[in-house]
Amino acid sequence: MANVALRHVRKAYPNGFEAIKGIEFEVGDGRFCVLVGPSGCGKSTLLRMVAGLETITSGEIDIGGRVVNQVEPADRDIAMVFQNYALYPHMSVYNNMAYGLRNRGMAKGEIDTRVQEAARVLELSAMLDRKPRQLSGGQRQRVAMGRAIVRQPKVFLFDEPLSNLDAKLRIAMRVEIRKLQRRLSTTSIYVTHDQLEAMTLADILVVMNGGLVEQIGDPLEIYQKPSTTFVAAFIGAPPMNLFSLRDSDIKLPGAGPEAGILGVRPEDLAVGDVTAPDGGIALDLTVEAIERVGAETYVYGLRAQQGGTPAVSAKPGELPPGEILVRIPGQEGPAVGQKIRVAAPREKLHLFTADGRKRVNS
Amino acid sequence: MVEDEGIQRYLAHAILWTGIAIVAFPVYLAFVASTQDNAVIANGQMSLLPGGHFLETYYQTIFVGTSGSTREPVGTMMLNSLIMSLLIAVGKIAISIISAYAIVYFRFPFRMTIFWLIFITLMLPVEVRIYPTYKIVADLHLLDSYAGLSLPLIASATATLLFRQFFMTVPDELLEASRIDGAGPFRFFWDTLLPLSRTNMAALFVILFILGWNQYLWPLLITTRDDMQTIQIGIRKMITTTDALTEWPIVMATAVLAMLPPVFVVVVMQKLFVRGLVETEK
Repeated sequence: MANVALRHVRKAYPNGFEAIKGIEFEVGDGRFCVLVGPSGCGKSTLLRMVAGLETITSGEIDIGGRVVNQVEPADRDIAMVFQNYALYPHMSVYNNMAYGLRNRGMAKGEIDTRVQEAARVLELSAMLDRKPRQLSGGQRQRVAMGRAIVRQPKVFLFDEPLSNLDAKLRIAMRVEIRKLQRRLSTTSIYVTHDQLEAMTLADILVVMNGGLVEQIGDPLEIYQKPSTTFVAAFIGAPPMNLFSLRDSDIKLPGAGPEAGILGVRPEDLAVGDVTAPDGGIALDLTVEAIERVGAETYVYGLRAQQGGTPAVSAKPGELPPGEILVRIPGQEGPAVGQKIRVAAPREKLHLFTADGRKRVNS
Repeated sequence: MVEDEGIQRYLAHAILWTGIAIVAFPVYLAFVASTQDNAVIANGQMSLLPGGHFLETYYQTIFVGTSGSTREPVGTMMLNSLIMSLLIAVGKIAISIISAYAIVYFRFPFRMTIFWLIFITLMLPVEVRIYPTYKIVADLHLLDSYAGLSLPLIASATATLLFRQFFMTVPDELLEASRIDGAGPFRFFWDTLLPLSRTNMAALFVILFILGWNQYLWPLLITTRDDMQTIQIGIRKMITTTDALTEWPIVMATAVLAMLPPVFVVVVMQKLFVRGLVETEK
């Protein structure tokens, strides 16, 4: 059991590209830490640095009170689960799990006990003699987990372990991983680009962007109080609506001078013939498109323009300018072309500085 | 496949059978000649059916040899050929898999230079460098030895390239998983890479064994002693006789015997061979 601490960790490649620009956080003993971010944000690189598969340019990585910068992966007392599982194709399931233990010179009896126990937990007992190619994706995933468990390491490292599975299996395995980690209470670091996975698994959520930590904390706290517009747009699906206060006609009484961007989550907008609540906002929309997913309905509305400039300036790839997403429960909803009015109370609004780097309201 | 109707189908079969006959007839003829009496063959009255001298001729061929030009029994020649081909095939595989491992998995200075050096030896087969190679082998006193027969043919750019291509398709994660599992470079090579290369090695073995078995020019140059000659050289020497009748039954029996080991290797390793060429097990 151990905690993992990263201090001023940087990674620069020989060609000058700086993948990790100074990262600092600590994962307490037995905690489940999830690194999340868009592709290319450096989350996998960071995990591989903890594993010892990438060198550390500067800074320190500390596992259980020992700085491991110069320690070989095998001696760091970690176990890693890879995205493509990286099972040895020519070895049976049993040998895949036992290989690392044998290399450590562990006694045969002890190896057998550990492998049998892991196989029992992961329901692989009937497949110990099979080769990886005779297994389904989910079973391979479990073997990869088993290979990590038998080591009884200080830290589990997961590199997008579920992204090769189909949607249904992914949810089932997500729950499995969480249960397993709780039972073993082994410190874990998990990399994913799926914000839903991140939200559901994490004790500590680390949102990364461009080689830097954007926000770190409890997942729900991050959801409720994103500290930057990047986090606001990345965490939560569908993403938060972001309006530029400077260019639009939306006036928010009482907003400080530094408030430049207003954010409101789709589920916080209520539809109805209402006036703006005290200090809140009310918007008139023309419904452009409707998505019904069963339990809820997504309404894409275009705001009636008064100033001529687009009111919404979300990140590229998010909503187009001027479009606002409203999420309402159930299957009932307005029809396309209908004019609706939506409103959100003051306490549901998020205010950021104009550059999006800082949260203004508490 | 679409089944052809009537005449078309028979025509296709007829063409195939004709082809087989053209290929197989000389082989059959060699076998028939090896079972006849030499006088009958010399008279030009050879029958197209096997004669009655099968056991006698093959016994003499394998254990005694011809009474004329080369008195070495063919058994010895076959053994020489077998040792040479095995040394070449196994040696080539061993050396090229190790050099490919070094080139793909290790970062050392002039790595690419060395790779290209290996690559350009493709343009220098034995036939091109025959004089210097002969000189080196002679200076090392390796004439008339198995080492002399096989060593100059062992270095192989082709096999190195083949293994390099294969190693590059092995996922990096496998190496990383091995590192985390505490396997060093040697263990990774032995426990993971070698088992994965099994089918490739089998395919190469078939090709290289036949290549070694069919060597003619190099053994001809480097062996002078009768007891070191390979079967390919032996056949040639048996045919040229100065003052006696060529012993055709024995020559033909030798030819038939020379065909057997490659056929055996192909038949035994065919399954692995095909898998090695078409399937990647990852």
